[in-house]
Amino acid sequence: MDSVFGVEYDGGVIIASDQNNARSILTYQTNLDKVAELSSHSAMGVSGPNADLVNFSQYISKNLALYELSNNGLKLSPHAQANFTRGELATALRKGPYQVNIMLGGYDTIKNQASLYWLDHLAAMAKVNYGAQGYASSFCLSIMDRDWKEGLNQEQAVAIVEKCIKELQVRFLIAQPNFIIKAIDKDGVNTLSFGADPADN
Amino acid sequence: MARRYDSSTTTFSPEGRLHQVEYAIEAINNAGTCVGILAKDGIVMASEKRVTSGLLAPSKAGSTSFLIHGSESRTSSEKTYKLCQHAACNVAGLTADANILIDQARLKAGRYEYQYCEEIPIEQLVEHVCNYKQAYTQYGGLRPFGVAFLFAGYDQHNGFQLYQSDPSGNYSGWKATVIGANNQAGKSLLKNEYGSSSAEEKEGEMKVEGVAEEIAMPDINEALRLAVKVLNKTMDATATSPEKMELFCMTLKDGACVHKIMSKEETQKVIDEVEAESSAAGDS
Repeated sequence: MDSVFGVEYDGGVIIASDQNNARSILTYQTNLDKVAELSSHSAMGVSGPNADLVNFSQYISKNLALYELSNNGLKLSPHAQANFTRGELATALRKGPYQVNIMLGGYDTIKNQASLYWLDHLAAMAKVNYGAQGYASSFCLSIMDRDWKEGLNQEQAVAIVEKCIKELQVRFLIAQPNFIIKAIDKDGVNTLSFGADPADN
Repeated sequence: MARRYDSSTTTFSPEGRLHQVEYAIEAINNAGTCVGILAKDGIVMASEKRVTSGLLAPSKAGSTSFLIHGSESRTSSEKTYKLCQHAACNVAGLTADANILIDQARLKAGRYEYQYCEEIPIEQLVEHVCNYKQAYTQYGGLRPFGVAFLFAGYDQHNGFQLYQSDPSGNYSGWKATVIGANNQAGKSLLKNEYGSSSAEEKEGEMKVEGVAEEIAMPDINEALRLAVKVLNKTMDATATSPEKMELFCMTLKDGACVHKIMSKEETQKVIDEVEAESSAAGDS
């Protein structure tokens, strides 16, 4: 039921997700931040049951922090981070799978390039220019297919994301009043906007 | 007195020394010399071949990794081992011990790539091998590995790097270094000559003692000549020939590392260039 999607632009990548936390007929909260910051220059939007969402995203981000601590501050590129994440999903798959679907975005500070990855709970992975997980894909992919092109700037990418949000809010059965949007570029991970302040707990 | 503390690798002597580790380091000082030199566009590793008999067949096991670029022939190697696409090492010491450690290094490099789909940063590879060596100085009661390595590699974080490691599990990064027999003589030559490029350029300048000088990194060809010069000094024989030395160099081509063992002709060419340089400078 979560909407998670991402759009890559020239010099960065946007990850957006709704802020609903609900189960069955109940909404627990409407200000959940589902875009977990993994490292200084990467973040992943995660969809799935809250337990797996939180557990898996913390597991990955703590392991990435451990890598940096163990290796004199050396950072893993987004490509390596994505492959590591996929590897963890794959290992757990035939033991006790994580039921999470992910959009992982990052900025490689050595190659000076942004990248976006689509990962699902079966440990499939694809590098994409834009993508969406869950029901959101039925509504958003067509918009992105039409509007995305090479060499967008951040403003244009955000415009596409906002178009997608509007579409979901009009046409998607489940009410998702709040969305959180984060951008990752050479300066790191930056929250562009949110519907409700996640810190307000 | 030290005798009592000799036999066990895992016991300190009263002076605070691990004798077995020190004896292992001694064993390497009898091994064939290896020189490693960092150049601005690559790394050179030159080693002394201690092939004693003409009856020895060229090693087939070593031959697969070093394809001469563009040609069909394969060169075999006695001292240089490829660890992964972007790293290689030179061995000084007990070859049998070295084989175990080289396997460990290749495994580590492979597993890293399996997990991250990326090449392992060189220092991590070196540290892993060294940690493996260190275990034999602390647990188990097994003797340490009688091997010293020169690791040469390239990664996107720190470019070309040269590391040296010894049986204790210590390692350090170098611009140029020597291991094996007569390494002190080799190191002193490097200290004087590494970084001062062609002698002609520096003729008119005064060398001011005590002032930190800018070290100008040599290019690959200068590094090759310097390496041969070092081997000339450390090797017993007066005349050096291509059969007695192995020249390896690692460079970058189209973003990928190229590992090259020089052929007999190419080695002879470098030897000749060094010969010409020294006679031009008036050395006897």
